[in-house]
Amino acid sequence: MSQLIYPLRGGVHPPENKQQSLQSPLRRLAIPGELVFPLAQHIGAPAKAVVEIGDRVLAGQMIAEPNGPFSAAIHASTSGTVSAIEARPIPHASGLWGDCIVVAADGKDESIDFVGCENPFKIDHESLIEKIRHAGIAGMGGAGFPSAVKLNPPPNNNIDTLIINGTECEPYITADDVLMQERSEDIIRGCTLLAHILNGPDRILIGVEDNKPKAIAALEQSLLKLAAEDLPGIDRVQVVSFPTKYPSGGEKQLIQILTGKEVPSGGLPAHIGIVVQNVGTTVAIWEAIKHGKPLIERITTVVGESLKEQGNAIVKLGSPSQFVLEQFGFQEKSCARLIAGGPMMGFSLPDSRAPIVKTSNCLLVPSHQEMPDPAPAQACIRCGHCAEACPAGLLPQQLYWYAQAKEHDRLLAHNLMDCIECGACSFVCPSSIPLVQYYRASKGEIRQAEIEKEKSDRSRQRFEFRQKRIERAEAEKEAKRLARKKAAEAAKAKAAANAGAAKTAPAADPVAAAMARVQAQQSDPAEQLAKLERAVNNARNRLNSAEEKWQQAEGDQKAKLESRFKQAQLRLQDAESKLHDFKQQSAGQNPAPSNPTSASPTTPLNIDSDDPIERAKAKAQQRLSMSPLEKAENNLSSLNDRLKKAQEKASEADDDKRAAMEAAVEKLKQKKTSLEKEIDELKAQAPLKENTATAETPVDPNSIDDPIERAKAKAMQRLNMSPAEKLQNSLQALQTRLAKAEEKAASADEDRRPAMQAAVEKLQEKIKTVEQEITEFKAQEEPAKPAESANESSGIPLDAASAAIEKAKAKAAAQAQMSDSEKHAAQVESLQQRIQKAQQRLDKATEEGNDNVDAFRLGLEKLQAKLKELESE
Amino acid sequence: MDISSLHPLVLALLVLGGLALVFGAILGFAAVRYKIEGNPIVDQIDNLLPQTQCGQCGHPGCRPYAEGIANGEEINKCPPGGQDTINSIADLLGVDAPELDAEHGTESELSTVAYIREDECIGCTKCIQACPMDAILGAAKQMHTVIADECTGCDLCVEPCPVDCIEMREVEVTMQNWKWQLPSPLAAVNSDIIASDRQTPQETKQEDTAA
Amino acid sequence: MSFLRASSPHAHAANNTTKVMQTVLLATLPGLLALTVFFGPGSIINILLALIFCLAGEALVLRLRKRPLGFYLRDYSAAVTAVLLGLALPPYCPWWVVMVASVSAIIIAKQLYGGMGYNPFNPAMVGYVVVLISFPLQMSQWPSPASLLESLPSISASISQVFTGQGLDAYTSATALDIVKQNNSQLISQVYADSDLLRSGSLAGAGWEWVNLGFLMGGLYLLYKKVFTWHAPVAMLASLSLFALLGYDSGSSQSGGSLSLHLFSGATMLGAFFIITDPVSSAVSNKGRLIFGAAVGALVYLIRVLGNYPDAVAFAVLLMNFAAPFIDYYTVPRSYGHAKPRKATEKQEP
Repeated sequence: MSQLIYPLRGGVHPPENKQQSLQSPLRRLAIPGELVFPLAQHIGAPAKAVVEIGDRVLAGQMIAEPNGPFSAAIHASTSGTVSAIEARPIPHASGLWGDCIVVAADGKDESIDFVGCENPFKIDHESLIEKIRHAGIAGMGGAGFPSAVKLNPPPNNNIDTLIINGTECEPYITADDVLMQERSEDIIRGCTLLAHILNGPDRILIGVEDNKPKAIAALEQSLLKLAAEDLPGIDRVQVVSFPTKYPSGGEKQLIQILTGKEVPSGGLPAHIGIVVQNVGTTVAIWEAIKHGKPLIERITTVVGESLKEQGNAIVKLGSPSQFVLEQFGFQEKSCARLIAGGPMMGFSLPDSRAPIVKTSNCLLVPSHQEMPDPAPAQACIRCGHCAEACPAGLLPQQLYWYAQAKEHDRLLAHNLMDCIECGACSFVCPSSIPLVQYYRASKGEIRQAEIEKEKSDRSRQRFEFRQKRIERAEAEKEAKRLARKKAAEAAKAKAAANAGAAKTAPAADPVAAAMARVQAQQSDPAEQLAKLERAVNNARNRLNSAEEKWQQAEGDQKAKLESRFKQAQLRLQDAESKLHDFKQQSAGQNPAPSNPTSASPTTPLNIDSDDPIERAKAKAQQRLSMSPLEKAENNLSSLNDRLKKAQEKASEADDDKRAAMEAAVEKLKQKKTSLEKEIDELKAQAPLKENTATAETPVDPNSIDDPIERAKAKAMQRLNMSPAEKLQNSLQALQTRLAKAEEKAASADEDRRPAMQAAVEKLQEKIKTVEQEITEFKAQEEPAKPAESANESSGIPLDAASAAIEKAKAKAAAQAQMSDSEKHAAQVESLQQRIQKAQQRLDKATEEGNDNVDAFRLGLEKLQAKLKELESE
Repeated sequence: MDISSLHPLVLALLVLGGLALVFGAILGFAAVRYKIEGNPIVDQIDNLLPQTQCGQCGHPGCRPYAEGIANGEEINKCPPGGQDTINSIADLLGVDAPELDAEHGTESELSTVAYIREDECIGCTKCIQACPMDAILGAAKQMHTVIADECTGCDLCVEPCPVDCIEMREVEVTMQNWKWQLPSPLAAVNSDIIASDRQTPQETKQEDTAA
Repeated sequence: MSFLRASSPHAHAANNTTKVMQTVLLATLPGLLALTVFFGPGSIINILLALIFCLAGEALVLRLRKRPLGFYLRDYSAAVTAVLLGLALPPYCPWWVVMVASVSAIIIAKQLYGGMGYNPFNPAMVGYVVVLISFPLQMSQWPSPASLLESLPSISASISQVFTGQGLDAYTSATALDIVKQNNSQLISQVYADSDLLRSGSLAGAGWEWVNLGFLMGGLYLLYKKVFTWHAPVAMLASLSLFALLGYDSGSSQSGGSLSLHLFSGATMLGAFFIITDPVSSAVSNKGRLIFGAAVGALVYLIRVLGNYPDAVAFAVLLMNFAAPFIDYYTVPRSYGHAKPRKATEKQEP
């Protein structure tokens, strides 16, 4: 039974140049001192590193896991230590650097135990796919398509043909040829396994070009030999050879040659029931499943006249190209360019440090005679050779004109996107026009235009939404203004009717109530007093600076400044007189009310309420209104509870659980002592705090009905909190999370437990750092407190505010990870920087007589105080 | 009364008048029945504009400018869109594409995004209010930051910053947005064909020193 | 060290435009040899003059366009135009005819359209037609083949004839196509018997048949060298043959002339292998070239037999140059993965 061969359209016959690398036998290269594993070696999402700097890794150990379904894992190819995770040169056409895991090899080449399986044909489809995914196998022919994805075609596509691609039509490359000669049995076994994964297609075709007679013979021999073995589907395997022509190894072209079918434009081979896998990939999949060995090495052709010897080698993935080339006697001086891949589709690398990756089938280092620099492009004479050579049936010269003119619609109409960039057109072009580069650039431009279009649509949406928001805000303001007017009128009316009852009259709606509260606040004498005093201070400061400047200035400037100075004087007088008046007034009246709890209208709470939501709300509120001391005490009592429970559990648990439980108990105890300490501290501070307790009435978030409003209020509340309070809040949150996590860990199944425990430990660590921070903050807090007036920030968009807070938190967390001394140093440094900047700003402002001078000066002084404090620490 | 007995002129008047009435009624009905909401040409123009909302055209956003164009304004006032946008609008409207009006700014090859030097930011929120895209995050007295993905590079936030801590940075080339460049069409034409143009700088240098 | 960065493919076939042009020049030699043997040194003088004017014209325009001279002159495209023009013009025609033809070809037909690769019309044919229409007298004076003269014109006499219009006496005679065209009463066999020219030849008149065979040889060499594909020439010769057979009318007085006359006289072979194969101004795809060639063949016959001019290759080629983009438009090949070829009017929105 012989397989029918269909003709390939177009195509060219470049000099094959395959003999050079077939002269010497396949060799195994040494282990380089340093291996570099780019996280993006395949098409799709880059893998996610799962090791850290300093970790020791073994050969075959996964160092990066697949990030999503369209991704592949990466494994260390030898034993060593992770020395860096950073940007390095990678084999990519752009020459850009990409994130890599760098492993310093220790030369021992110890590997993990590979766990294979006796009969892979008994394993079900899903597990096989998962194994392939975790073995990190991606198409080794050059494109790097994750194999697990390819072998898992959409369920509605019935795969009837499996094609194993041993074509290797690129000149120079012989890696697959050598592989087919050396590992023909594994290829046969591998393709039966692939057929098993694909649910047993009718035909399994191994396509090889007829310029590799040895490989064809080896495959056919193995096929005969293995026919005796009990491999399911081996009777359907066929080795097919066909005439050599470039680019018959392209996936679409090979499908056309072997089946006569064409993959629809924009579709996948699976859509016409075909899956194509490279021979290298086939062997890698067999090894991964049968022997449990992930993809950590491959055969690479190292060829070119700049080498003393040329040949094929088994190379550990991650070996730098420079190292590989040196093993073959690389003469850098005579090298014209360094090409990853073959001369037709390979890309030039600007940097020889780029490593060998899963797709590196060839390193080509031609001499200048072998591959001269590209000749300058002449004019296109429309000879049509390119159209004859094009295997995709495109009109390359037409595309070239349109690419020059950037006519994207025409390019698309001429099916530019079906171009496989095989380079046949450029190869035959008598005018040496770099046609493929035109197509690549145009494709890039078209894609970018699409992205930009998308972005501009999004921008329009955002802009329109903003317009609407502003309109809405305006409308709300207007409504408030009206309401205020109404309320004022109502109040007036009531005052006229009943002067005594005016103060306690409950407002009709929440807005009015809020307004009333604001008014109450404004009329709070203490507040007013503070305000006035601040005004006086400001005026005095301004006066001082004006005076200074006046003294320094000359001429015209002097006159101007003098007037300003006088103005300032007047203002000061004004402010002082106001202050004076007010003092007298308030002396006559009652002293300011000093009971902060009475200012909050919502303090009375009912924790025992029946409705659970209500209860939770009440609790939360209670906690909110608690002083830090109370909070700490609460924590303590809850801790005590938990401790008790934990102890009980520990005594009940089995032996293996007990250790963990006891550890948890220990930790709880520690926490308890630290909390107790804190409480003591807080108690010591308490009298002080009582005095400075907030005079503002916090808007109770729970009392507001509209959820958005509530969220806003909450954010506002958070904003109003001091950093220490914030931290304490986060501490609390963390602790509750910890408690939950511990509970879960206790109730989890055996296999999930380690993960849970890890989570618990992480949480505990976090708590510790937060606690540390709290104590630090407390130390700073005392002197800073009086100056703080967080309430001023209420005029800004709150959603943005909370986002900013999140960010600040993240920063704090990052800081927390630094060691204490480092943190300290960093703080000092940043403070110094900020002081410098503040100074500059202040100078600038003073020069310009800016109104913000005082604010700047105040800020500067604050910063300086902080710095001193830090330095004294 | 026999119609054919009427004077031909009267008959003609009657027939024409009747036809006019019938068609008028049909047209009137169609106008009501198939009324198109809004002005589709404005939408189409708006679609072509780059949506940076930068106001360089003198309008408070792209849509107002699109309306302006629909009302006969010049189409060459959009520097962010550049010549490409002018060409496609000219295509749409069937007019000749003028050059970009330099009065409104010049086209820049590189796209930029705003960047806030965060330790200099004093948290004044002025840039937040200026940003047409809501692409700046922050709160009063809190450091602000730009959501680079949403920034259109209109640079409207640069001006209001009191401490000049906002700068426009070029969008970095990453693996995701890198693309091949077109070969220079003049590479063959310019000069004494310059094989040296295709060499690396080092090689040219070596040759220079050798010569 | 940083290596050269270039887009793939890194390998390149050994051909280039310059080499193609050189091969074409080489392939004109057999035809030129035949012309010289049968008609004297006139064609060589034509070619030399055309070379001078063409290269000078090209250099002038390149300088005006601020393009590098060396690079463009070295692509030999102007030289090919000059040689084809020199071959097409009647030998011993005045020097200024050659000059006008050369200038029209290079400056008007080629450079004004943007230079090599951008010209919609074949430059040599434009030059030829310009002088054919402008100077019909000079252009109709073809010399008699040597066999009908006592001796071939000497070089000095030829040169003086070209530059002064004197030096050769009674050297011209009607060409084979002229003779057949002017006949409207005699049978073809009688025409052949009466004409010295036709009688002394075995295919299409003395000298002419050899000139055409020479160009045929050159054309076959180019085919062998894969400079162009067989489609256009074969289509042209086939359609011309078909028309000639249909119109032969058994050699009556209304006959259009025999098959061999049409294939081997005039500029048939020069046109088939050197003019319509000019890639720049002809159709692109193979299917398009078949259509292009066939249409040229048909036009050649129709103009020869029904038109005013005895030969018609230049007009036929120029007419089809007009149509080439149109042919391309409708002969787009089907791309891989697409069910149908693209429609000519299709324009995809990006």
